[in-house]
Amino acid sequence: MKELWTLFWTFAKMGVMTFGGGMAMLPILQREVVENKHWATEEELTDYYAIGQCTPGIIAVNTATFIGQKFKGIPGGIVATLGVVFPSLVIITILAGLINNFADLAWVQNAFAGIQVCVCVLIFNATVKLLKKSVVDKPTAVIFAAVLICSVVMDLSPVWFILVAAVLGILLKNWEVKRA
Amino acid sequence: MIYLRLFYEFFKTGLFAIGGGMATLPFLHDMGEATGWFTQAQLMNMLAVSESTPGPIGINMATYVGYTIAGIPGGIIATLGEVTPSIIVILIIAALLRSFRENRYVDRAFYGLRPASTGLIGAACVSVVLEVLTNITVTAPESGIINRFQLGEGGLAQLISWPGLVLAVILLALTNWVKPTKGLHPIVFIGLSAVVGVVFRFAGV
Repeated sequence: MKELWTLFWTFAKMGVMTFGGGMAMLPILQREVVENKHWATEEELTDYYAIGQCTPGIIAVNTATFIGQKFKGIPGGIVATLGVVFPSLVIITILAGLINNFADLAWVQNAFAGIQVCVCVLIFNATVKLLKKSVVDKPTAVIFAAVLICSVVMDLSPVWFILVAAVLGILLKNWEVKRA
Repeated sequence: MIYLRLFYEFFKTGLFAIGGGMATLPFLHDMGEATGWFTQAQLMNMLAVSESTPGPIGINMATYVGYTIAGIPGGIIATLGEVTPSIIVILIIAALLRSFRENRYVDRAFYGLRPASTGLIGAACVSVVLEVLTNITVTAPESGIINRFQLGEGGLAQLISWPGLVLAVILLALTNWVKPTKGLHPIVFIGLSAVVGVVFRFAGV
């Protein structure tokens, strides 16, 4: 029980320190999990992180579940994840309440109108960064462009694009292997 | 029962969003349009706050969106909904780690999944740019699946929001090309944009 508490608080601490997304978490994980607590080796952490990036969901959560599971089985995985999300729940709930109270003020509206422009740029930058990693040849470029255009023009759930792309990936690679 | 629906919607997001926090954006975008729970402008504000506060962006957004829809329980349920698929998937993978990494079908599926996930984020980017920087609105059709693109009041002359475009170009340069600023945390640029927004009355009030 005491170990589960340690797990919870360690990951809650990491949740607070992860400022800006899963990528920012890796150096902190290395220090806490590998060097201080010895819950996983450097190699295991790299593996977890790599898998956490390509499985569904938030990278930070995926990595936390992996490490918790390694240390204390299924309860460990669940507790580590709850730890990572705990600070977000508290901080965002307080902030959201505050912001909703001030949303009618003119300067708050103006500030958010400015911020929205910044969000456009941040999303654009995120897309470009991901583009470099995910578009590696002609077929992946075609998948990217097709999904982008279809998703803008059509009112379809993103779920369908993800499912079709997974099947397409398997078919394309199979064909490539057969042809070679 | 709003809480069940909320859990289901976020479970779906957690299950299909691949590649981290930003990958949940297209799903949240779609959720807002399909349910009417929040507007796209609200979503953008929530994204900005999520980027500027501690914690993983994806989790912050889930909590914020959930809170907006159904208060404190909403925030908790949305977040739990979003992480549940992760926990299940990771626990399964952990049990068969070696075979997962070496499974060629998994590898091949991800060859297609990665660019598709990026394409969805790119599409969300296009919608957001249209909404914030232009006078074009995209609405879901009443029947069929092709969206409607409409030019707002003022016609072509009012097509682009110029102050916004200038700020966007400056931010693009600062975040990508200007050496001393390009490595800075997004919160710096969000703060800067808030100040610019207030000084130049971006909302027009």
